[in-house]
Amino acid sequence: MPKLKSLEELQKLRQQLQGDFKARTETSTTITVGMGTCGIAAGARETMHAILAELEARSIDAHVTTVGCIGMCSKEPLVDIQQGDEPRITYGNITSDLVPRLIEEHLIQGNVVEEWVVGRVAG
Amino acid sequence: MAERSGEHRADVLVSCLHDRAPELIPALEEEVKRRGLEGEVKVVEAGCRGFCAMGPVLLIKPDDIFYVGVQPADVPELVEETLVKGRVVDRLTYREPTTHACIVHCEDIPFYSKQVRIVLRHCGLVNPQSIEDYIAAGGYQALAKVLAEMTPEEVIEVVKKSGLRGRGGAGFSTGRKWEAGRKAEGEPKYMLVNGDEGDPNCFMDRALMEADPHSILEGMIIGAYAVGAHEGYFYIPFEHTLSVKSVRNAIEQAQEYGLLGEDILGSGFDFDVKLRLGAHSFVGGESTALMHAVEGKASEPRPKHIHTTEAGVWDKPSCLNNVKTLNIVPEIITRGADWYASIGTETSKGTQVFSLAGKVNNVGLAEVPMGITVRELVFDVGGGIPNGHEFKALQIGGPSGGFLPVDLLDMPMDYETLAEAGSMMGTGGVIIADDRTCVIDTARYFLGFLQRQSCGKCAPCREGVKRMHEILTRITEGEGEMADLDVLKALGEAVKATSLCGLGKSAPNPVLSTLRYFRDEYVAHIRDGKCPAGVCKALITYQINADNCTGCGLCLRKCPQEAISGEKKEPHVIDQEKCIKCGVCFDVCRFDAVDVV
Repeated sequence: MPKLKSLEELQKLRQQLQGDFKARTETSTTITVGMGTCGIAAGARETMHAILAELEARSIDAHVTTVGCIGMCSKEPLVDIQQGDEPRITYGNITSDLVPRLIEEHLIQGNVVEEWVVGRVAG
Repeated sequence: MAERSGEHRADVLVSCLHDRAPELIPALEEEVKRRGLEGEVKVVEAGCRGFCAMGPVLLIKPDDIFYVGVQPADVPELVEETLVKGRVVDRLTYREPTTHACIVHCEDIPFYSKQVRIVLRHCGLVNPQSIEDYIAAGGYQALAKVLAEMTPEEVIEVVKKSGLRGRGGAGFSTGRKWEAGRKAEGEPKYMLVNGDEGDPNCFMDRALMEADPHSILEGMIIGAYAVGAHEGYFYIPFEHTLSVKSVRNAIEQAQEYGLLGEDILGSGFDFDVKLRLGAHSFVGGESTALMHAVEGKASEPRPKHIHTTEAGVWDKPSCLNNVKTLNIVPEIITRGADWYASIGTETSKGTQVFSLAGKVNNVGLAEVPMGITVRELVFDVGGGIPNGHEFKALQIGGPSGGFLPVDLLDMPMDYETLAEAGSMMGTGGVIIADDRTCVIDTARYFLGFLQRQSCGKCAPCREGVKRMHEILTRITEGEGEMADLDVLKALGEAVKATSLCGLGKSAPNPVLSTLRYFRDEYVAHIRDGKCPAGVCKALITYQINADNCTGCGLCLRKCPQEAISGEKKEPHVIDQEKCIKCGVCFDVCRFDAVDVV
């Protein structure tokens, strides 16, 4: 292991390591994946893996959690995104191939992908 | 560098195992793997969360779901429900003791809600074996700030301004100690860590060394920079095997990363640490005794006409701090002296970690702001007295602390108020006594401990504590005389005034404080021949109350001496000749039919 020679190297190392520690730190963004039997059957696990990979690739600070079925099984996989006090947006039929665009538009550009929205809950 | 597991969504933090379920972590890992959650969910063995009474406990991040008393058999359901489906398993959550309502999040549990976790900030959150976890949580940033931006004098000034006082018991200002260390002449200077926690029933230092060793090391390096030391010793009794393992590993990792050694972070500052193991003893944590042990000599104290900051280890300037003191320093550097000084009371700043033991529901470690009242500590954080008994006294400050009675329930706990009340803060060890605890018998127990732990170097402690113990033993055996009370008081005050080190100076506290607050119990023992708490065997007899006895036969079957006789459904009787007063009949009776007289 290389020795840390300067303050900058310590900061860099910390940044590298933070991904591993993310679930334990505070963040204002939570992505919730419906993971009931219906969600899993519709490919929610693949969707979630795609989300995790995308977050890592783009170094986005967000928590990913899972929930059970909320009753809208026909629209699974369901993905909710909540940022701070913004309304919680529910997206339907988010298969893994849609994840890059979802992350790009919603989290990077800050635009809700209206065509996929199936619900909104005030924050 | 440890292999990175990459992005994952949840951490399962396992704490307070205490050998109760060694199979739990392998079972969790196995189940996570079986369900194909590898890479999604990480199982982390984190240090103590303080809620030892409820262990093993699990905290699932980021949802903050908190499970208590988890056993390997619970693992499949837990993984299926919570980690796969995101649902809470109600039966594993903490139950509010009176309403039995489920509490899912740990910050809502009364034990945690009054706590302010500064010392314990990483406990149960980072993996103590991983410097990477510590760095990711912001570790060694304070050290970097100190080395890059601050002079040693500025560091000392910040620590002084924060009002931080040594957490080893004496409560001396850490900033002033460092200042004395900085000014002391002579080379080399040494920085030492005191990891010898000697109080029976206390385990906060041990828990901290096990759960967060890097924070102590970071504080130690900052301290060394402040006083100008380039060599340090971390002293731990070898019996604390887990602490030794944890600290040794932390030192090695810090050395590998260049956070110990030469030219730390390119600042030109050199500092390295050696681990020193000693044999555990109560007096071993006394500063001069500890320094003797570091030198390889017997761990006996010496008179402190010359401060150890001027002449300590090998007569060189030596700065010794408790593990908790050092652990707080990085947090003060990061968050500022004003922030720290805003917590606590006028003279006692910050928080104190109390280890709760004895007759209290939530046995464990709790960190609360200085100045919390006895009532809040016992009834809110501690969860009250088990089995419907009454609170009688709180003993604080370790074996040589004093007893505080019910009248002082609303007293704020800080260094000065406790000392005025005849006790002391000590390291924060708290033992709670209920109405079935005899304070004289407990004082006798502590004096016996202190007598055995006395190094024997000075006469007041060696002889005085022994005599006090003998007198207390006589009183609990029903052979006391009223004149004993005056002798105890005079003896206690003499030992307190003339002993060489802190052990002897504080040893009479249990006697003097019980004489002050529980004199009527002494009188009951001596004059009336009774032990009000029903503990001292020579002064009590067990009798069966014929009106309440249903003749169920439970006590008859449980009595180890076969001293109880009686027909079924008829009142039973105890044969006093055979009875050894073990109290089993009293404990097992469901009809309140056994009386202690």
